[in-house]
Amino acid sequence: MTLAVTTPYTVPVGFMDALQVTILILVGAGATAVVLTRRPVHQVLVLSIYGVLMAVLFLTFQAPDVTLSELTVGAVALPIILLLALAKVRKREE
Amino acid sequence: MTPGQRRWVFGVAVAGLAAFYLWGLSGLPGFGNYPGPYGFAILHIAVQQTDATGVVSAVNFDYRGFDTVGEEFILFAAAAATAVVLRRLRGERERPAVDQAGDREVPPTSEAVRMVALLFTGPVMVMGWWLVSHAQTSPSGGFQGGVILATAFILVYLAGEFLVLKRFSPVALTDAVEAAGAGGFAAIGLAAVLMGRAYLYDFLPLGQMPGAVSSAGTIALISFFVGLEVAAAFILIIGEMLEQTLLIRHGGG
Repeated sequence: MTLAVTTPYTVPVGFMDALQVTILILVGAGATAVVLTRRPVHQVLVLSIYGVLMAVLFLTFQAPDVTLSELTVGAVALPIILLLALAKVRKREE
Repeated sequence: MTPGQRRWVFGVAVAGLAAFYLWGLSGLPGFGNYPGPYGFAILHIAVQQTDATGVVSAVNFDYRGFDTVGEEFILFAAAAATAVVLRRLRGERERPAVDQAGDREVPPTSEAVRMVALLFTGPVMVMGWWLVSHAQTSPSGGFQGGVILATAFILVYLAGEFLVLKRFSPVALTDAVEAAGAGGFAAIGLAAVLMGRAYLYDFLPLGQMPGAVSSAGTIALISFFVGLEVAAAFILIIGEMLEQTLLIRHGGG
């Protein structure tokens, strides 16, 4: 039984490289944006976008499992928890 | 310490960190070069051995199943810890969820939000179950599916209100589901031990062919239990936090 993978389509190597370099740069920019955003609520939203970027990064590096985990946790679960915590803190301040 | 001295200490620390960092980086294998034999061995035998075409799931739930049990109980402990930390403390009281400023008009939830949330609840639920039940054939699994199942309940909150969410997911039931998920995973492992096999040995029939949903033995079952546990844990954690935000007040006022 051979396990050699044949795909019905081929992606040029140069294209994948360009995609990976692009997404690496975007992730770097996204991380910087998260750190530089000062207002917590805005920061949570930027963090969520950064989670999506990370998910795309994992996809371009052929890790769809990690992509799904990162999407659910980084882009959904973590921002929800942070937003709820911020809402609680804000209520107490009032 | 003067600012000058402090800068000096900072400079030395940064230089040291940079040196160690670069030293560590220089020892890494080249980009895309995987040196170890383990990954290649798994790639060659995994599909034949387990009938699972989602090889990552085969690793997570079979070859390294014991690690995943540990991860599962990390989440279990985290949910328990959230419940302990966010319990109602002395000096806090639960306040009925009514508006405090009666003269102010509360903007109702936008119809657009309600419609989108309602429209998405069903499909999100289906997608969550699909991911939970297809670990053996696709890059999905109980963890990803479980979180998505939990978000279906958050959509219920968005479409309605907190009390509706509570009715959909009573804490006692969610607790029981979480315990069943975590316990079920551990119990599958113990069942293998009782049969004289290694912990979490895949003892169920592997099915007719690799890639079928009914194939791969215990992998599908474990993914199902992980899905239950993760969904319940996230519903519990987010429910606790919603309760903190919406219902519990500090002090008497």
